[in-house]
Amino acid sequence: MGKVIAATGNEAVAEALRQINPDVCAAYPITPQTDMMQRFSFFTNNGMVKTEMILVESEHSAMSACVGASAAGGRVVTATSSQGLLLMLEIVFIASGFRLPIVMPVVNRAVSAPINIHGDHSDAMAARDAGWIQLWSENAQEAYDNTIQAFRIAEHLDIRLPAMVCLDGFIISHSIERIEYLDDKVVSDFVGEFQAINPLLDIEHPKSYGPLILTDYYMEYRRAHNDVMSRVSKVVLDVAKDFEKISGRKYDLFETYRLEDADIALVVLNSAAGTSKDVIDSFRNKGIKAGLIKPRLMRPFPYAEVAEALKHLKAICVLDRADAFGASLGPLCTDIMASLYQYQQKPVIINKIYGLGGRDYLPSQAEYSLNELVEILNTGKVKTLKEYIGVRE
Amino acid sequence: MATAPLSLKEISKKEVLFAPGHRMCAGCGAPIVVKMVLLATDYNIIATNSTGCLEVSSCISEYTSWKIPWIHVAFENSAAVASGVETMYRSLKKKGKIDKEIKVIAFGGDGGTYDIGFQSLSGAMERGHDMLYICYDNGAYMNTGIQRSSATPLGADTTTCPVGDVIPGKLQQRKDLTKIMAAHGIPYVAQASPGHWQDLVKKVRKALDIKGPKFMNILAPCNRGWRSQSNDAILLSRLAVETCYWPLFEIENGVTRVTVKPKEKKPLVDFLKPQGRFKHLFAPQNEALLKSAQEQVDVYWERLLKEEACFGDAEASE
Ligand SMILES: Cc1ncc(C[n+]2csc(CCOP(=O)(O)OP(=O)(O)O)c2C)c(N)n1
Ligand code: SF4
Ligand SMILES: [Mg+2]
Repeated sequence: MGKVIAATGNEAVAEALRQINPDVCAAYPITPQTDMMQRFSFFTNNGMVKTEMILVESEHSAMSACVGASAAGGRVVTATSSQGLLLMLEIVFIASGFRLPIVMPVVNRAVSAPINIHGDHSDAMAARDAGWIQLWSENAQEAYDNTIQAFRIAEHLDIRLPAMVCLDGFIISHSIERIEYLDDKVVSDFVGEFQAINPLLDIEHPKSYGPLILTDYYMEYRRAHNDVMSRVSKVVLDVAKDFEKISGRKYDLFETYRLEDADIALVVLNSAAGTSKDVIDSFRNKGIKAGLIKPRLMRPFPYAEVAEALKHLKAICVLDRADAFGASLGPLCTDIMASLYQYQQKPVIINKIYGLGGRDYLPSQAEYSLNELVEILNTGKVKTLKEYIGVRE
Repeated sequence: MATAPLSLKEISKKEVLFAPGHRMCAGCGAPIVVKMVLLATDYNIIATNSTGCLEVSSCISEYTSWKIPWIHVAFENSAAVASGVETMYRSLKKKGKIDKEIKVIAFGGDGGTYDIGFQSLSGAMERGHDMLYICYDNGAYMNTGIQRSSATPLGADTTTCPVGDVIPGKLQQRKDLTKIMAAHGIPYVAQASPGHWQDLVKKVRKALDIKGPKFMNILAPCNRGWRSQSNDAILLSRLAVETCYWPLFEIENGVTRVTVKPKEKKPLVDFLKPQGRFKHLFAPQNEALLKSAQEQVDVYWERLLKEEACFGDAEASE
């Protein structure tokens, strides 16, 4: 069996990548991702993987090189954060448009301006509609497990799409946790051999990638992308089932916590879920039926399944670690609301923006949010639909 | 494979790997360049292409002119994409998953090379990928409607530096990209022109035989942007060389060689006159501009000859 060790999130993802041993990796430094690719470079330069590194001159070139390498016909990885993701965004859309199964850990960080190196979700949220799969991770263990599953999901022949694995900058990337690693062979068997589809390197069967497609067919291509996104959930669940067999760890499209009989709930992504669960326990101890849902598959968003899990609730607070300026709500809240809109009977929904630029998410913020939900239950009144919490007045 | 010269007879027997039926303007220089480049080599080639006239007209919807594997990703990243293709090739070759010998050629227009793709090109060259980057230089952003680039020649009329009452076209000289690429210390850099096809073919063959990053800058007349006749791409690409506006040279491992020396150096106006984009330079008020355009050509040519004499191998030139 595998082993239990103490490691940071970045270390755990780098370890997963060592075990997966991709054919090509493009890397460019940016805090808090940097140390992940540094660790991976150690593996390449000490012969611990067979991966060829491309130490590019920018993230734009990182994703461009990944597209070239992936279209050439092999397994490809890169990783980034914040400004790096924004710089490569043009090519992020192209990677998915070409349906290339590139995997990219995104160590979530705030975006400029003001420049800030700490964790929030603004970077991955800015890329959420780029046609990629997004798997979000609460802790280092989930980041490790998601990375391994991401390759299987992305490369699955039913979908063939690029995938991001999101983990919180510093809070997870740089904090040491207890992690269970799988055996090298178990991981490499799980991920399997890469199957190339229409590789450029098949010189006998030349293919053209990246044609101009105008009014005649563009829309059909986009609809095809929409269709393929609708097949992702099933693949994610199938891969999770296989993963459980090798790890004993269960994964779903989202995690629920004490939700079945709950009246009120928090919706939260990534590391803040841990703190939130503790606070939920303390509310339960007071006899308040509180619960939680933590989306794992953020893109494509499993609207129907999420709504099914939430529709019995009376009131929900969606915690967003990013804002969507100019929209009335944070990005996660918009999706939660959209998923429930079709129901006649639906919970009241409020939105809190928290933790931007690495601001600590404290138990008091979860308590504050849950107390407001209790008040809504008692009075039937919503004070504020959207509010920044943990912020100076 | 050795750099044996290729005769016209041999070339005429080869399959043209860039098929007709593409939608470039009649008489465009770019497809001539691509055809010559692909005819020049016997290697298996994978091509990358930046956004621009060549890309946008050669692969539309269900059709492609490319009989070799080809990939277009975006405007500024032909070199970065090529570096990815080349790295995957190396990775899979090492693992024994590929046995064929394959070379990567990145194509880019002057806008995609001198300007927006400059960083990506510089990075790929510095990293030492085994690839040949070919800039087809038509001296402007033609695909978007003839806007100025840093390759646009002094005095030219473009849609973003139009000749007006106050400003008479482009006021700046061209960026000397070929020399900048040479300054990267890469093993091979060359300038070529489709009017001198033997020279072009020879350079492509030589470049592909050399391992590591190579750069070629190839003139590609554009009758729309240059406002010239649709049957004079070759005439203009010859005049560009004969006036020394576009000298044919190579820098191999730091050694400069001028590969074609015109018997008689023609005045620059011979190259400018047939092109509508320079028409205003012949008005009396622009005399000084025209004069300085000639001076720039003279200075560059003299310096090139000196470089060849100092560091190069003048004897070997033909
Ligand atoms: C990031 C980005 N900016 C701008 C454009 C618009 N654009 C497409 S092609 C082009 C000009 C291409 O010029 P060049 O590289 O010289 O090639 P040519 O069309 O002249 O052959 C421009 C500006 C784009 N596609 N992408
Ligand atoms: S505009 Fe110029 S470069 Fe573009 S296809 Fe026409 S002639 Fe060629
Ligand atoms: Mg151009």
